[in-house]
Amino acid sequence: MAVLRKLAIAALALGGAGAAAFWWLTVPEKLGAETLAALGTGDATRGQRIFDAGGCASCHAKAKSEGDARLQLVGGVELKTQFGTFVAPNISPDAKDGIGGWSLEDFANAMLKGVARDGQHLYPAFPYTSYARMKPADVADLYAFMTTLPPIAGKAPDHDLAFPFNIRRGIGLWKQLYLSDEPVVALAAGTPEKVLHGRNLVEGAGHCGECHTPRSFAGGPENAQWLAGAKAAEGDGVVPNITPEGRDMSGWSESDIASYLETGFTPEFDSVGGTMVEVQKNMARLTAEDREAIAAYLKAIPGRANGFSGSQPKPTG
Amino acid sequence: MRKLVFAVAALALATTAAFADVIADRQAVMKENAKDVGTLVKMVKGETPFDAAAVLAALTALNNNVQKIDVAASFPAGSDKGDTTASPKIWEDPAGFQAQVDKFKAVTAAAVANPAQDLDALKAQVGAIGQTCGTCHEAFRVKKG
Repeated sequence: MAVLRKLAIAALALGGAGAAAFWWLTVPEKLGAETLAALGTGDATRGQRIFDAGGCASCHAKAKSEGDARLQLVGGVELKTQFGTFVAPNISPDAKDGIGGWSLEDFANAMLKGVARDGQHLYPAFPYTSYARMKPADVADLYAFMTTLPPIAGKAPDHDLAFPFNIRRGIGLWKQLYLSDEPVVALAAGTPEKVLHGRNLVEGAGHCGECHTPRSFAGGPENAQWLAGAKAAEGDGVVPNITPEGRDMSGWSESDIASYLETGFTPEFDSVGGTMVEVQKNMARLTAEDREAIAAYLKAIPGRANGFSGSQPKPTG
Repeated sequence: MRKLVFAVAALALATTAAFADVIADRQAVMKENAKDVGTLVKMVKGETPFDAAAVLAALTALNNNVQKIDVAASFPAGSDKGDTTASPKIWEDPAGFQAQVDKFKAVTAAAVANPAQDLDALKAQVGAIGQTCGTCHEAFRVKKG
């Protein structure tokens, strides 16, 4: 009996240690003073470019919105994944249903740390794993722009997720593995400014890797296969390999890539398709310099074999 | 029994072969479209000079090709299988697909009726055509590995 009791105590202690470790590892972590200081005041005009580069409207405005409706960020677009259905929230400046009550600091914590104003983890369906690599000043610009948009009332439905993915605290563990503000592709000293700018756009606001990089069983990006293409999150298709090794784009010049992002036509005059249609519309709103920078970066990154031939789990959603 | 199996197998083979032709044919149509659109896009990009006669010729060829698209003949049930990027959504939402094809026909017909006389007009026309390509490919084409 004594032995059993000792065992039980040991088990409890271990369980307690496990719980304490889980608690400690999953604490939502906010930005430090240094990053907050780097935010600056923000400029709405520059922020509009970030808004387009990020394609915020594609998930946070109603599906198929055109014109001014793109700027009504009421949420509601669904993303059906193997973990369940994520629903984009209202991020209009509405004080009650949107993020009208959020300070720049709150906003930056969401963008760069995936932490909501109430201190909870956000799900990485909101691609802060990419946004974490943005320049703090760009985040402040985006905030300045978004405060100029119309407040829209109405809450989007909650996410509909399976256990254990419905436990927000668990995202803390996920972040330990996948959240970093370090660039994915290390570029040598003396790399042209154009390529660095392209890296900033592609790895950060543009969040290209969220679809073009394959994911691990835990849903995190496999950065060893950066931009190598992946099975589509929704449906049966694949997302192309856009490294220099990729079949779809291997023969494309920098100007071919920039032109595709502007016009939606490939060098063979095929058209953009699938979910890239919405992305290309956003890319067409950027400046020519931005598109050329993206193209220069895509030519500068290491070539990889296709990321969609691997053994990723098939989405069941 | 053996005859029946043979008949079924022969039929299956014939069906696959028939779809291979259907798929090849519709891909040929798409390639033709790309060639005509390419003539226009090259002018928009400044790779070739604007040429009103060449614009009209390309738009006419494109429109003739597009007006011939017959969904029932070119997209029979089962022809999503094989070497094709046609999405199963074509057969799940036939009305939606037909609406896109009709839109495409309307856009190319309108372009031929009022062909661009200068580069700015051509940009708008190519933009409208490109958007029609993209909208349909967004919903009804799927990339495969």
